[in-house]
Amino acid sequence: MSDPGTRISDQQSLRRGKIEIRGLTKQFGDSDVYRDFNLDLQEGEFVSIFGPNGCGKSTFINLISGIIPIDFGTVLYDGKTIAQTRLSYVFQNYREALFPWMRAISNIQYPLKILGLDKKTQSLRVEALLAEFNIKIDLNRYPYELSGGQQQMVSILRALITDPEVLFLDEPFSALDYEMTLFMRERLQHVFLKRRNTMILVSHDLEEAVQLANRVLMLTRRPTRIADTVPVDVPWPRDAKSLTSPEFVAIKSRCLEVFSREVARHDSAGAASGSG
Amino acid sequence: MTGLSPTQTTGSGEQAPPISRESVTIPPTKAVLPWFKRPAFDRFLQVAAGPVLVIFIWYAAGALGLLNTRLIPPPGATFATTWIALTQGTMVYDLTQTLGRVLWSFAIAAGIGVPIGIVIGANERLYRGAEFLIDFCRSTPATAMFPLFMLVFGLGDEGKVALAAFSALLIIVFNVAYGVLNARKTRILAARSMGAGRIRIFAEVIFLETLPQTFVGLRAGVSLSLVVIVVAEMFIGGMDGMGHRIMDDQMSYNLKDMYGSLILSGALGYCLNYAFLLIERYFVHWAGR
Repeated sequence: MSDPGTRISDQQSLRRGKIEIRGLTKQFGDSDVYRDFNLDLQEGEFVSIFGPNGCGKSTFINLISGIIPIDFGTVLYDGKTIAQTRLSYVFQNYREALFPWMRAISNIQYPLKILGLDKKTQSLRVEALLAEFNIKIDLNRYPYELSGGQQQMVSILRALITDPEVLFLDEPFSALDYEMTLFMRERLQHVFLKRRNTMILVSHDLEEAVQLANRVLMLTRRPTRIADTVPVDVPWPRDAKSLTSPEFVAIKSRCLEVFSREVARHDSAGAASGSG
Repeated sequence: MTGLSPTQTTGSGEQAPPISRESVTIPPTKAVLPWFKRPAFDRFLQVAAGPVLVIFIWYAAGALGLLNTRLIPPPGATFATTWIALTQGTMVYDLTQTLGRVLWSFAIAAGIGVPIGIVIGANERLYRGAEFLIDFCRSTPATAMFPLFMLVFGLGDEGKVALAAFSALLIIVFNVAYGVLNARKTRILAARSMGAGRIRIFAEVIFLETLPQTFVGLRAGVSLSLVVIVVAEMFIGGMDGMGHRIMDDQMSYNLKDMYGSLILSGALGYCLNYAFLLIERYFVHWAGR
């Protein structure tokens, strides 16, 4: 088939490497957000990151995606540096992340323009992507003419157009209402099950973190460490019904336990150190 | 995947049916309304009410003997004189002379001011350094610089245009620099995360991001250059332009023509501002959304 999008992702699925984070260190002013932080992740997994407010969840994906520079340490994707890896990022605030001067379709196409592909290849890739996910949005509109959910869907499509090895999502649905959030979670699972690229999601919603992930990474307060890594072995796709299944509820309570312990520990130990 | 290929469509194609249905049903309901009940006519009434009231008070006060009609002639006579000046006299010439000078000075100010503003705004240290200087110059009354500009550029058009351009330049530089400095960081991060280089981010993100603020500066700039040009025409040597005409009318006690010139100068300023609003709405359709 002359379908560039599928061909590339087929090649991708053949080999899966590791994401290795070694000695990650980052300071903001005088306070350490990350000090000598190590972590291994499996490529091709959906990882959720959950933790207390201000623990540096978003900072974590900003660091390992190269959006903000690392002070010390290395991040390797299957042995490649951040610059050598195709990474995409979906921001929390879609209003400020999409380009309002472009139509939705041009927003989706823009990353390909940056890559320097010719016009024809650009539109072929866009068409392939839209067909793949059966998008029912009028993409000839400007972003501000679309609903919040539609705008975030455009953001996700824009992130997917380069066929990224890793897709970072920073609380992508937190600005949407619950109904739309549930719908978007299903759409995102659909994307993951089709593409099988690595997804790293930051969420402040435990239900969402568990529903979408293979693995929930629980973080502590600053300086951030890993409190626990919780595997989620619930069959895909996970719809609204699976949210109430016994195994799902059990995993959620285990996460909640870790979370409460972390919050309590730091409340007693670090009460004098101010906000987290 | 293969099964989907024949039905590949863009989102717009799938949305087409509801749009066409809408455009069939709506026109009949619109056509039912008589012209005096349509929203457009209602808006026109609201806009026209103020000026009509002012002209009526002007007329009534004169007719009742409350005004000295030698100082403030009645509206009818004023409009009649203005009409003759427009159709047979030199009013149109004066208007176009003033408009030409305003557009020249504005073009110079925008051509120099937008690039300078972008450069200053892109560098926070440079901005802090230039902020006081620009603010100081902006706070200095433009009229106080007449003698300086007369000395350097002479009494001709060059002096007037240079002075107006200088005044507009400062406002434009300040607004553009402020817009660049306060550009939303998320879009810049988004473009950077896609691998866009500095120059591309500048041309395709920051420049467009600051366009709404740039237009605020451009609109303020064109208004100020009109003010400076009219004042300059009054006091710096010259034989034409609205400023010169108003001054001439006052000295020769040709008050009907003076009021007409005032109204038309106001209309000129209003039209310039409105034209910029239209251009802005077209080019910066996303502003405030």
